[in-house]
Amino acid sequence: MSRRSRRRWPPAPLVLLGALGTALVAVPLIGLLWRAPWADLGSVITAPVVLDALRLSLISSLSATAIAFVLGVPVAWLLARVDFPGRQLVRGLVLLPLVLPPVVGGAALLFALGRRGLVGEPVYEATGLVLPFSTWGVVLASTFVAMPFLVITVEGALHNLDQRYEGAAASLGARRWTVLRRVTLPMVGPSLLAGLVLTWARAFGEFGATITFAGNLQGRTQTLPLAVFVALESDRGVAVAISLLMVVVSLIVLVALRERWWRVS
Amino acid sequence: MRLVLVSILALATSGCGDSGSDDELLVSAAASLTDAFAAVADVFEQANPGVDVILNLAGSSTLREQILEGSPTDVFASANFSTMQQVIEAGVTSGPPRIFAENRLQIALPAGNPGGVVGLDDLANEVLLVGLCAEGVPCGDLARTVLVEAGVEVSVDTNEPDVRSLLSKIEVGELDVGITYVTDVISTDGAVEGVDIPEELNGVAAYSIVALEGAGDADLARAFIEFVLSRDGQEIIGELGFSSP
Amino acid sequence: MSHGALHARLVIERSDDFRLDVDLSIEAGRTAALLGPNGAGKSTLVSVIAGLLPIHSGSIRLGDEILDDPDSGVFVPAEDRGVGVMFQDYLLFPHLTVLENVAFGLRSRKTETSSALRASREWLTRVGLEGMEGELPGDISGGQAQRVALARALATEPRLLLLDEPLSALDVTTRTALRRSLADHLSEFPGPRVLITHDPTEAFLLADEVHVMEAGVITQTGAPDEIRLRPRTKYAADLAGSNLVSGEAFGGRVEVGEFVVHIADQSLAGPVLLIIHPHSVSIHRVEPEGSPRNTWSTVVRRVESFGDRVRLQTGDPLPLTAEVTGAAREALSLAPGVPVWLSLKATEIGVEQHG
Repeated sequence: MSRRSRRRWPPAPLVLLGALGTALVAVPLIGLLWRAPWADLGSVITAPVVLDALRLSLISSLSATAIAFVLGVPVAWLLARVDFPGRQLVRGLVLLPLVLPPVVGGAALLFALGRRGLVGEPVYEATGLVLPFSTWGVVLASTFVAMPFLVITVEGALHNLDQRYEGAAASLGARRWTVLRRVTLPMVGPSLLAGLVLTWARAFGEFGATITFAGNLQGRTQTLPLAVFVALESDRGVAVAISLLMVVVSLIVLVALRERWWRVS
Repeated sequence: MRLVLVSILALATSGCGDSGSDDELLVSAAASLTDAFAAVADVFEQANPGVDVILNLAGSSTLREQILEGSPTDVFASANFSTMQQVIEAGVTSGPPRIFAENRLQIALPAGNPGGVVGLDDLANEVLLVGLCAEGVPCGDLARTVLVEAGVEVSVDTNEPDVRSLLSKIEVGELDVGITYVTDVISTDGAVEGVDIPEELNGVAAYSIVALEGAGDADLARAFIEFVLSRDGQEIIGELGFSSP
Repeated sequence: MSHGALHARLVIERSDDFRLDVDLSIEAGRTAALLGPNGAGKSTLVSVIAGLLPIHSGSIRLGDEILDDPDSGVFVPAEDRGVGVMFQDYLLFPHLTVLENVAFGLRSRKTETSSALRASREWLTRVGLEGMEGELPGDISGGQAQRVALARALATEPRLLLLDEPLSALDVTTRTALRRSLADHLSEFPGPRVLITHDPTEAFLLADEVHVMEAGVITQTGAPDEIRLRPRTKYAADLAGSNLVSGEAFGGRVEVGEFVVHIADQSLAGPVLLIIHPHSVSIHRVEPEGSPRNTWSTVVRRVESFGDRVRLQTGDPLPLTAEVTGAAREALSLAPGVPVWLSLKATEIGVEQHG
């Protein structure tokens, strides 16, 4: 009589395809590690151009995430809860940056908000305010491409939320703002957090819209992705080092969140 | 399920092939050669029916990276010689490089000159939005040399990764002034105006061209280079503002 | 503070062609049961009275205050109505502890947190959940959740209490236990109380008045006995079908007044409620032989037909509703005044402990 193994292996095709999928992501990363200038890594990472880029990347990605939260949650709430005319159109518009090539997004921002732009020109004439080629331009470009992630996750979560809980809160005497604050938002908490992380990650890695709209200048608009691109022109080793820095920062954020990301309320 | 696996395998293997079929010629050329090489390719294709010239245009240093990482390019045309030298040193070229054109720098402004720019000194004006090509890009290095020579402390607002994106931002008026090649200004047909840089200060870019080893069809690559250097070829690129070497 | 009565006269048309047309009045201090099958519109009525849904015509008044009157443009939203609701599924906020759930209403009304928590603790003790304050709704049993939901609704000291199927989600044993404590809490509540249910036993045991609701309309209103004995619709007849008789049990015998009913369970003692289904009552023209322990002679009082089903009301010593087929009625020539013998097996009698 053969001894049957107590452990059941997962189906082979799944394991195979899963391994392939993991390799697709892992191999390029290993490529980065292979080309890294290990000897000079310390001095490269601490060079002013890299520190400036790191500072700008962190500031702009966090600001973009914050703005996306303040503006995106209300948009998501309106889309999920209020049946207004043109709702489908608005949803399509708000999610457009997800499918639009980032450079196209940057160009659109330029044509709208640049000095000669549709909205930008009158603003410039009136106040002298110039958005392109400034740090605020970076924040704007990042928010533009990243906000849809927040809207889509929060809207989905609100749809799945049993609205009777909000009714129960109202029957207990809670006003709309209290219901939002103490019932609705906490109950979509995990999804909201996942949405914020996705938003931040997208903003952190943003390149095309930033370089097209905000331009590229160390200390003012040159974020880490831009620094990598520029470094590729002259010193590949520096480019790889900065790329590794970005990978490390992203890993720190992802690992720090771990289980919390997936926990369902 | 099986169908999915089979189709994935089919897709994967169909991508494998040699670097270029006999009818295709992959030419990697500097961004500033965009219009010139498009015209050259057109005429070359007409003269050689069945041949398809594919242009890969980007900053010279980006092209160098691609080639060093194994891009299946047949012909490489660079806007500066140091980039060309790096490619030669990597041992991937076939035959000597030939200089086929020269290009000069020019101050570029949006039509109508809203910034009121008259010369190099205006690039030090902090109020104006000034753009340059990034360092490491031939246009950018050359421009910086010129500015240093002229004693101008430029107040840059953006370092664009290639000359074409710099040009387009000037064209739409989002930048007040920049330094590009003469050929770039001419290519906009008046949308961008040019102000000459004094000849004694100006920088000259020498464009060189070479065939690469492992080219699909070595003869075809050589024929293309010969055409560029021929009188007909030189006439085409001369019309766009390049000067003969 | 004296509590006002509920007067609800309303029409509402739901998007799926369902129409609710109801006229309901409940005095303070009385429990009204809304008894009806699923789909009758009971939950819609709960939402409407609670203020979560507006009516299309009519008016809802609680005491002197108009809560909803489309003609004069008055609509008081749920948060201002002072209606305490215990929802089907309880709807306890999963991210808040038991204590925070109970305190939710008080804290939403800007009651100072410490006094809100103190009052909530008292309520938890009153429903027998002392010590469970820090538990999360996901970790407690159905019976405990039910009591938290009740405490939560009562803590805000509402003017009207609405209970939507308060016992349906519980297993039989828990249900019986909690029904009794619910009855106590209800009688302590000074305002009007509306109990929504599809379980006739629940309605008859807890309510002072029963309103039978079918397809969006109230088809019959009255005291539980009246519904039971004189149902006006087929549904009501089905509900009331089960004869409910109170008596005193001891050693397998239940004394109902002078009459004794034999039941299967010898161990029960004390006040009980007997549930006798009309189907289980056999009708004979002569004294039957056989095993049933309960056999007696009586007289037919009334005969009613519902399609092919015939219901008989019988007289003393134990008035019951029995059900036979039309054919049987013909065969036995059953009519008011006819003497008959009834027999009932002890094993077919349902018994619930009362009191």
